[in-house]
Amino acid sequence: MSINWTIIGQIMAFIVFVMFCMRYVWPPILAAMEERQKKIADGLAAADRASHDLELAQKEAVDRLSEAKKEAAAIVEAANKRAATVVDEAKVAAVAEADRVKELASVEVEREKAQAKEQLLSQVSSLAIAGAEKVLAAEIDADKHAALLEQLVKEQ
Amino acid sequence: MAAAGQEQTVSDYIVHHLTNLTYGKLPEGFERYDGETVAAGGQWTFAHGADEIAAMGFNAIHVDSLGWSIGLGIIFCALFRWVAVRASAETPSGLINFIEMIVEFIDNQVKDTFHGNNKLIAPLALTIFVWVFLMNLMDLIPVDVVPELMMLAGVEYQKIVPSTDPNITMGMAIGVFVLMLFYSIKVKGFGFVKELTMNPFNHWAFIPVNLFMEVVGLLAKPFSLGLRLFGNMYAGEMIFILIAALFSAGIFWVLPAALLQIGWAIFHILVITLQAFIFMVLTIVYLSMAHEDH
Repeated sequence: MSINWTIIGQIMAFIVFVMFCMRYVWPPILAAMEERQKKIADGLAAADRASHDLELAQKEAVDRLSEAKKEAAAIVEAANKRAATVVDEAKVAAVAEADRVKELASVEVEREKAQAKEQLLSQVSSLAIAGAEKVLAAEIDADKHAALLEQLVKEQ
Repeated sequence: MAAAGQEQTVSDYIVHHLTNLTYGKLPEGFERYDGETVAAGGQWTFAHGADEIAAMGFNAIHVDSLGWSIGLGIIFCALFRWVAVRASAETPSGLINFIEMIVEFIDNQVKDTFHGNNKLIAPLALTIFVWVFLMNLMDLIPVDVVPELMMLAGVEYQKIVPSTDPNITMGMAIGVFVLMLFYSIKVKGFGFVKELTMNPFNHWAFIPVNLFMEVVGLLAKPFSLGLRLFGNMYAGEMIFILIAALFSAGIFWVLPAALLQIGWAIFHILVITLQAFIFMVLTIVYLSMAHEDH
């Protein structure tokens, strides 16, 4: 129970242990703990940033999508418009073509008609001559009457 | 066995368990327990009995207290150094995690109380907390085990709880006290003298009164620090020994003694932790006060 040299020994041991702890124990443990804290904080910050980035990306994607939709709609509209004009143009062209064909046809018809008429007339005159020839065979001078009939045809 | 004889035995038992293994210098002419007289120039030897310890005075050393104390300190250093080498920013596991928990706990205590920038305080607090705790923990080893084993090995006395030795607790308290004085002077300089002389009555005529009161207050800190731990642990150890002595009181007492032993041990788990914690916190507080300049 009495105080003796033990107290000096204890003081010295105390100093040695505290110094050992101060130099070799405390700093590495605390450094490791702080490093881990920093790592975790960094990780959390990175996660935050990533979620923020994701949000931005999602927003951008939505924006792009709506833009693309708009663009597609515009394209479709333009195409529709263009198709309508093409159809219209085609219609006009077709009508014109039809008119032209019709006209051509009618010209042809007129021509054919005229030709047929001419042919018919010439045939009628020759038929009439032939008939008259048969009727008047004997006394009628063919050359004289033919000139007469020719004149008649020309008067027609 | 006569009643008086039995009482003597129990008393002997208690005294034996409370006696340190003391190695010291017996003065010249002292008559030893076996009748021999110490030769001229004194004699360094292990003390046998209270008379020889008293005769040794200051020239003695408690081999058991100091040995266990240093041994436990080495265990503390080795354990924490082992962890310090392996500590990394990776996920800690098992023992490393446990040690880091203690370190973080101490670090928080220091940060709560001490606001200066001093690299010594936290390691000091850690050393005190763990070392004192380990020393107190020896109290939970059944009181007879180590002394009896040591008796078999031929060592007469063995007190295995270093914190029941005032040398040990006061040694640490004095260490803290020296640090208090050092930082008071270092931080406050002349302000420390002013603090001692001009408080609480700020007038030159009161300087002697102030000085007396402040010095008493200052000295009370290490004394209360060391003696609180010693007192608590000594009393606790004493009760363990008394309960252990109860086993010899007859067959009827075995069961109550066992229950008391278990109960007191469980309660003591709280006491030893609390005492280590108090010693650490007060150290931080005292050093924090030494750093505060008014």
